[in-house]
Amino acid sequence: MEAVSMQQRKKIHPHKFTLWIAIGSIIMMFAGLTSAYIVKSGQPNWQDVKTPQVFWYSTATILLSSLTIQMALRSFKQREMNRYRQLMAVTMILGAVFIVLQWNGFMQLWNSGIQFKGVAGAGQFLYVIFGLHALHVLGGAIALIVMLIKAFFGQTKTYASTGIEVMATYWHFVDILWIYLFVFFIWIK
Amino acid sequence: MSNDANMHGHAGVITHHEVHYDEHHVHHHKETFITKYVFSQDHKTIGKQFLITGIIWAIIGGLFSVLFRLQLGFPEQTFPILETFFGKWAKGGVIQPEFYYALVTIHGTVLVFFVLTAGLSGTFANLLIPLQIGARDMASPFLNMLSYWFFFIASVIMFSSLFVHTGPASGGWTSYPPLSALHQAGQGSKIGMDLWLVSMAMFIVSSLLGGLNYIATILNMRTKGMSMTRMPLTMWAILFTAILGVLSFPVLLSGAILLLFDRNLGTSFYLSDIYVAGQILPNEGGSAILFQHLFWFFGHPEVYIILLPAMGMVSEILSVNSRKPIFGYMAMVGSLFAICILAFLVWAHHMFVTGLNPFLGAFFVLLTLLIAVPSAIKVFNWLTTLWRGNIRFTPATLFAIGFVSLFISGGLTGLFLGNSTIDIHLHDTKFVVAHFHIVMGVASMFGMFAGIYQWFPKMFGRFLNHTLGYIHFWVTMVGAYLIFWPMHYEGLAGVPRRYLDLRDWHSFNKFDDLNKMITVVSIIVFAVQLMFVFNFFYSIFKGRKVRTQNPWGSNTLEWTTPINPGHGNWPGEIPEVHRWAYDYAKDGREFIPQAEPVGANESKDH
Repeated sequence: MEAVSMQQRKKIHPHKFTLWIAIGSIIMMFAGLTSAYIVKSGQPNWQDVKTPQVFWYSTATILLSSLTIQMALRSFKQREMNRYRQLMAVTMILGAVFIVLQWNGFMQLWNSGIQFKGVAGAGQFLYVIFGLHALHVLGGAIALIVMLIKAFFGQTKTYASTGIEVMATYWHFVDILWIYLFVFFIWIK
Repeated sequence: MSNDANMHGHAGVITHHEVHYDEHHVHHHKETFITKYVFSQDHKTIGKQFLITGIIWAIIGGLFSVLFRLQLGFPEQTFPILETFFGKWAKGGVIQPEFYYALVTIHGTVLVFFVLTAGLSGTFANLLIPLQIGARDMASPFLNMLSYWFFFIASVIMFSSLFVHTGPASGGWTSYPPLSALHQAGQGSKIGMDLWLVSMAMFIVSSLLGGLNYIATILNMRTKGMSMTRMPLTMWAILFTAILGVLSFPVLLSGAILLLFDRNLGTSFYLSDIYVAGQILPNEGGSAILFQHLFWFFGHPEVYIILLPAMGMVSEILSVNSRKPIFGYMAMVGSLFAICILAFLVWAHHMFVTGLNPFLGAFFVLLTLLIAVPSAIKVFNWLTTLWRGNIRFTPATLFAIGFVSLFISGGLTGLFLGNSTIDIHLHDTKFVVAHFHIVMGVASMFGMFAGIYQWFPKMFGRFLNHTLGYIHFWVTMVGAYLIFWPMHYEGLAGVPRRYLDLRDWHSFNKFDDLNKMITVVSIIVFAVQLMFVFNFFYSIFKGRKVRTQNPWGSNTLEWTTPINPGHGNWPGEIPEVHRWAYDYAKDGREFIPQAEPVGANESKDH
């Protein structure tokens, strides 16, 4: 018992750990929404939706941004601060592009006649679920902006990588979450 | 045995800690009034903020129950004073139907969420986690502060909803659609419902921030030697509570988001084929039952979010005050874990009469009845902890024993309701009201009172007045049974809940006197709670001072801090832990604190 208690402590930074629990929490929210979708799709009057092409482009964008933030983390650890700043900026821009593309997809759907009013269907869920996901990306992008401002103008030079690691983990998470949601909408009819 | 004797018996232990006090840095930054008492990041202050906000809400929620009890007990009488205070809501001194439903809704919402979730786990998780695991503060004191202030915003919004022209939300604390989704469905479905939803969204954020912190702190910030299995049971209970909250509140949030879309943007997630206020709605294909699934997937874990912290504190208080180790520590942890898992698998037992497939219902019956197993284990262990103990009947002990009593009585009626066939008869009757008030409402309040009496000396450096405490306990205990026990009979006879006037229902006339009695008792019990509130605030300033560091002779780490600990808790090093929290009556010693090293000749039985 003695040995166990010694080893259990301080294995993982509390902020990172908190993020993992928060991720569990976010997963539960989307699990609630997607299971609501499944329940509803089995009921009468369900209307299917064809996901617009543009969501494939946004998928490519967010995958690419996952790559750039990973490279940014690597550069940070190698103390290549210039490259780190550039890659972070690229990631942030890719995140913004992702949100614009999602908005574009919503507009296409909306203009094709799938709107809030009236009959229930996959379209209404798509707005809510993809919209909430976009909000999570937006939150990440804002955090990225804050980190960028610190990286460019910050006075204190810190080489602790916890902050950027937490950021990268979160970013990969919203990426994987997007893949799940996208595949879900393509598969479950 | 008196406390003083304990202290002398172990003077050595105490001086051992005192040595540390002056040798290390003092952990104080310069604090202003604002950073110390308002936007404080000290977990102890945040805990007190949660407690006092919770007390204010408990007074409001309790007062509301007295008001609607007046209507239920004396439906034929008029109370002109009500019109003086509430105007059109009590025209001619009679509680109007809209007012009645608003009262019931806000009573439920406030007590379930603001008092027994925020007020209970918010208070004791914040106060006890760092003190009992040996940490300077939470994993993230800033998020912790945000957690309180989101609760504060939620409180302000909910409170303001009481004063809007059309009144607060009135669709019940569960806010089922379509009542909650359509503005035209009634007075309480207008702006009051919007405020309710926004307030709840803020509350969910508060709970999530708090829960994240509690889990991260318990798992990562324990002091040297504090393995998981050496933690006091309060910590285990709060850990499982936080896990339940973090996994279930997001599901409520997703249900509430869909509800907001239905309310304000015209979607049809929950709405279908509705004719309301002379108008056919275009919504098609929605399912009101979907909301119930999402709500109760959260709602059932919520019951345990309320109950588990009370269970943890009761375990600790019973062990300390019967001067015996807790019986079956690992069984206690295991049953908490089992309850935590089962909590997610039983939600549809709230929905037996919604047209749920009876075949599916059978599984939910089975899983529901399974909860009896860990519950029985816990009850057995509490009773065996008390068995042949050297019990000190402090108010905290009495409330803890009261908790066990209420948990048994309320739990047994759960067996009736958990059976889908019997539930067809009992559903939506007073039997349900009696069941959940005893097992969840009053029992958890008892756990909370026990916790307040036990840890008040740690919070404020003074004792609560014990004479008032004994009066508080006995009146509340007897009152709780007098109020809720008869409701079982009413429910079995078929008296429905949610009805404000049963006079036209002649078969229920025989309960008239019973209803009057319940109302009178609830007024008395409410008055005694006000006495407790007086005791609480009076004792903060004028209570008997705590003179010794460890007034209850307790093993846990919070009693190794100074009587009025500052931010950072221990002036010197955080003590190292050498044993579990329950070495009472061991080797002829009354108690051995966790920080005391294991002696050479110590027996190994625990």
